[in-house]
Amino acid sequence: MDVEILSRVQFAFTIAFHYIYPPLSIGLGLLLVIFEGMYLKTGDKRYEQITRFWIKIFALIFGIGVATGIIMEFEFGTNWATYSKYVGDIFGSALAAEGIFAFALESGFLGILIFGWNRVGPKVHFFSALMVFLGSMFSAVWIVVANSWQQTPAGFRIVGEGMNARAEITDFWAMVFNPSSVERLTHVWIGAFLAGAFLVLSVNAWYILKNKHLALAKPSFKIALITATICSLLQLFVGHKSADGVSKNQPAKLAALEGHYDSLATGDMYLMGYVNNKTQETKGIRIPGGLSFLIYGDFNAPIKGLNAFPEEDRPRQVNAIFQFYHIMVAIGVSLIALSVFGTWLYYRNKLFDKRWLLWIFVWSVLLPQIANQAGWFAAEMGRQPWVVYGLLRTSDALSKAVTANQVLFSLIMFMVVYLLLLILFLYLLNKKIQHGPVDYGSKEDIEEGSKRDNPLLAH
Amino acid sequence: METFLGLDYNVWWFLVFGAVISGYAILDGFDLGAGALHLLLKKEQSRRIALNAIGPVWDGNEVWLVIGGGALFAGFPIAYAAIFSAFYIPFMVFLMGIIFRAVAIEFRSKEPMPWWRKTWDIVYSAASIIIALSLGLMLGNVAYGIPLNGQKEFAGNWLSFFNPFSIMVAITTLALFMMHGSIYLTMKTEKRLYARLRILSRNFIIFFVLSFVITTLYTLLYIPHLSDFFKANPAAFIIPILMVLSIANIPRQIKKGKYRYAFFSSALTIALLLVMVALEVYPYLLYSTVNPDNSITIHNGASSYKTMKILLTIAVIGTPLVGIYTSFVFWTFKGKVKLDEMSY
Ligand code: HDD
Ligand code: HEM
Ligand code: HEM
Repeated sequence: MDVEILSRVQFAFTIAFHYIYPPLSIGLGLLLVIFEGMYLKTGDKRYEQITRFWIKIFALIFGIGVATGIIMEFEFGTNWATYSKYVGDIFGSALAAEGIFAFALESGFLGILIFGWNRVGPKVHFFSALMVFLGSMFSAVWIVVANSWQQTPAGFRIVGEGMNARAEITDFWAMVFNPSSVERLTHVWIGAFLAGAFLVLSVNAWYILKNKHLALAKPSFKIALITATICSLLQLFVGHKSADGVSKNQPAKLAALEGHYDSLATGDMYLMGYVNNKTQETKGIRIPGGLSFLIYGDFNAPIKGLNAFPEEDRPRQVNAIFQFYHIMVAIGVSLIALSVFGTWLYYRNKLFDKRWLLWIFVWSVLLPQIANQAGWFAAEMGRQPWVVYGLLRTSDALSKAVTANQVLFSLIMFMVVYLLLLILFLYLLNKKIQHGPVDYGSKEDIEEGSKRDNPLLAH
Repeated sequence: METFLGLDYNVWWFLVFGAVISGYAILDGFDLGAGALHLLLKKEQSRRIALNAIGPVWDGNEVWLVIGGGALFAGFPIAYAAIFSAFYIPFMVFLMGIIFRAVAIEFRSKEPMPWWRKTWDIVYSAASIIIALSLGLMLGNVAYGIPLNGQKEFAGNWLSFFNPFSIMVAITTLALFMMHGSIYLTMKTEKRLYARLRILSRNFIIFFVLSFVITTLYTLLYIPHLSDFFKANPAAFIIPILMVLSIANIPRQIKKGKYRYAFFSSALTIALLLVMVALEVYPYLLYSTVNPDNSITIHNGASSYKTMKILLTIAVIGTPLVGIYTSFVFWTFKGKVKLDEMSY
C-alpha cells in the first residue's frame, strides 16, 4: 500500500471518529442551555437535576472530543505537508481563530460548568453553559469554513509554481463567506442539534419504558422532541439548499451523488439504487426527471453528467458516494416522520402508552450519527480527486518526508487505541445512563443521591 | 515590508507564537508536572486532591497547545509542514500521550475499584512523563537543527532525533515541569499532603538545576552555534542571570509561605528559558544542518503579509478575551482544593 492510500484511510478514520463526539457536544450544549434556562426561569428543581445529569454525560463526551480533536489539528502537518504549505494562508487563519475564539471559550467555561456548582451562583453557572455552547458552535464555524474553502475556493490568488505553489488570501471575507460556507455550516449545526436531541430522546424513552425517573424523563423528553421536530424539518430545507449549491459549484460531485453519467439525459432522482461503476449504469427506484426538476424546475432539462468531465478530474467511487448520500437523505426523511408523528401523539397524550414507538426512539439515537457520517463521506469523497477543488490534487498533497511504514504504524496504533476508547466510552456512558439522574424529591434524597454518585464520599 | 513599531509583521508573529508557546509551557507545564509526580503520592485521598487541583483547568491549559499549533500553521505554514512531517513518529507518540492522559483523568473517578484507579493512575502519570519528554526531545532537535532538503522537507532518519543534546533537553523539560507542578500542588494543598509536597518540590528544584546546568555546559562545549547570539550580544546575559535569580527565589518564597510568588517565579523561569531558546534560534524556525540555505526562517517560511495582518488582528482581539476568562476561571477555583460531589 502506498502513502497516499494509507494517509487517506488514516485521515478518514481519525476524523470520522472525532466526528462522533462534537455533534453530540454541540447538540447537548443546546439542550443544556434550554434545561438550565428553564431552571432559572421557573426555579423548578427538576430542571436542575436534569441539567446536572446531562452535564455529567456532556463532560464524558467532551473529554473524548477534545482528545481526538487535538490529533486532527496536527494531522495536516504530519501527513499532508504539501497541502499544509498550500493552504496555510487560508486554513491556518481559520484554525488559529478557532483556537483562540472557540476552544479557549469552551474549555475555560467547561471547568465552571462541571466543577463550579458550589462556587458560582446560578446565573453565572447558566452563563457558563451558554459560553460552552457558543464556543462549540464557533468551533464548527471555523472548521467548516476551512473545509468549505477546499470545496469552493474563493478570495485568494495562487503564487509560486509546481511544488512551491501556495494560495494567498486576497480577500478575507470572501474566503470566509465562500460560496458553500453558509449552507454547509447551517447543515452541520442542525445535524449536530439532531444528534444531541436524539440522544436525550433515546435515554428518556428508555427511562419511561423502564418506569424510572419519570418526573424528570417526561419533561426532558418533551423538550428534546420539540427540538428534534424543528431541526429535522429545517434540515430538509437546508439540505436542499446544499444540493442546489453543489449543482452550481461542484457539478461533478452532484452527478456522483445521483449516479448520473450521461450529460444529454435528464437527471433522475433515486430513492434508492445501485450504481455500476463499470457499465456506468444506475438502477433503482426513481422519479424520472426528478433531479432536473429540483435544479431547473423543469422535468426535461438535461443535467451535466460525469461523462462531461475528464476521467482524471472526476470522483471514482461513484457507487459509494451515491449510497452515502442516499442513506443521509433517507435518514433525514425518517427523522422528520418520527419526530412529527411523536409530537402529534404527544399533544394527544398518547405518546407514552405506545411502547413500540418508545423503543424506536431508544434506537433512534443512531440515525443522526449515521447521517452525519454519511453526509461527510459523501461530501468529501465527492470532492475527490481534489484536495482543494480544481486546484490541488490529493495525490500531490502528501508529506514527502513520511514513509508508508510510518503511516502504517500510526494507522494501526490509532485503530487499536480508538477501539479501546470507544469501548470504554460506551461502557461508561451506559453506566451513567443506567445510574440515571438523582430524582427530584426531598433535600435528603438529593444529598443521598450525590453520595451515591461518588462512592468515595459515601464513607 | 510593512512594519509596526519598527518591527515587521513576521517578527511580531514570531513574538506572538513565542508567547503562546510560553503560555502553553507555563500552564500545561504545571498540570503535566503534577501528572508526572502523581505516583509519588501514595494515598487515594492525596491522589484525588492532586487530580482535582488541576481538574477544572487542565483542559483549558491544553488549549494553548491547540492555539500554538494554529498559530504556527497560520503564520509559518512551511515550518508547520516541515516540523510535523519530520517528527512524525515522536509526534504520534506525543499525541498518544495526549489522548491517554485526557481519558485517564476523565475515566479514573468513574469506578471505585482500586485496580481500576491504580491502572488509570499509572496511565495518567506515564502519559504525562511521555508528553514532557517528547516535547523536550522535539524542542531540542528544533533548537539544534535537522537535515532539510531544497524543498525544505526533512531528509534524514528519525532515529537521529535521539542525540545526546536533545535527550538532555528532554530530561530538563521533564525536570522543569515536575518542579513547576510540585509548586502548584504545594499551593493548592494542606496538612500532611502539603508537607510531603514541600519536600518533593525541593527535590525537583535540585533535579531541575542539575539537569539545566549539565545541558548548558554541554551546549557551550559541543554546540557553539547555539550560543552565538549571547557571545555577540553580551547584554543578553541579563536573561540567564534573571533566570538564576528567579530560580533562587523559589525556595525563598516557599520558606516564607508565599506559594503564589513561588509559583510565579517558576513560571517566570519557564518563560525566560524559552526566551533564551528563541534568541538562540532567531531568525530560524528550523535550521537545516546539511545546508544552511535550506533553513526555514521567519521570512521564507511565512504566510503572506495580508494573512499576517489578519492574524495580528485576531490576536489583538482574542488575547484580552482569553486573558479575561482564563483569569475568571482561575479566580473561581482559587484557594486550597475542596472535594465535593462533582469532583473527580
Ligand atoms: C478543514 C478541513 C476538513 C474538515 C473540517 C473535514 N475534512 Fe474531511 N478531509 C480533509 C479536510 C477536512 C482533507 C485534508 O482535505 C482530506 C484528506 C485527504 C483528502 O482528500 O481530503 C479529507 C478527507 C476525508 C475523507 C477521505 C475521502 C477520500 O479519501 O476519499 C473522509 C471520509 C473525510 N474527510 C471525512 C470527514 C468527516 C467525517 C469530517 C467531519 C468532521 C471531515 N471530513 C471534515
Ligand atoms: C479536520 C478538522 C478538525 C480539526 C483540525 C479539529 C480540531 C479540534 C481540536 C484541536 C479540538 C480540541 C480542542 C480543545 O482542546 O478544547 C477539537 C474539539 C472539538 N471539535 Fe474538532 N476538529 C475538526 C473537525 C471538527 C468539526 C467538523 C466540528 C464540528 C462540526 C468540530 C467541532 C469540535 C467541537 C465542538 C470540539 C470540542 C470538543 C467536543 O465537543 O467534543 N471539529 N477539534
Ligand atoms: C433531509 C434531507 C437532506 C438533504 C437533501 C441533504 C443534502 C446534503 C448535501 C447535498 C450534502 C453535500 C454538501 C456538499 O458536498 O457541499 C450534504 C452533506 C451533509 N449532510 Fe445532509 N442532507 C439531508 C439530511 C441530513 C441529515 C438528517 C443530516 C444529519 C443529521 C445530514 C448531515 C450532513 C452532513 C454532516 C454533511 C457534510 C457536511 C456538508 O457538506 O455540509 N444531512 N447534505
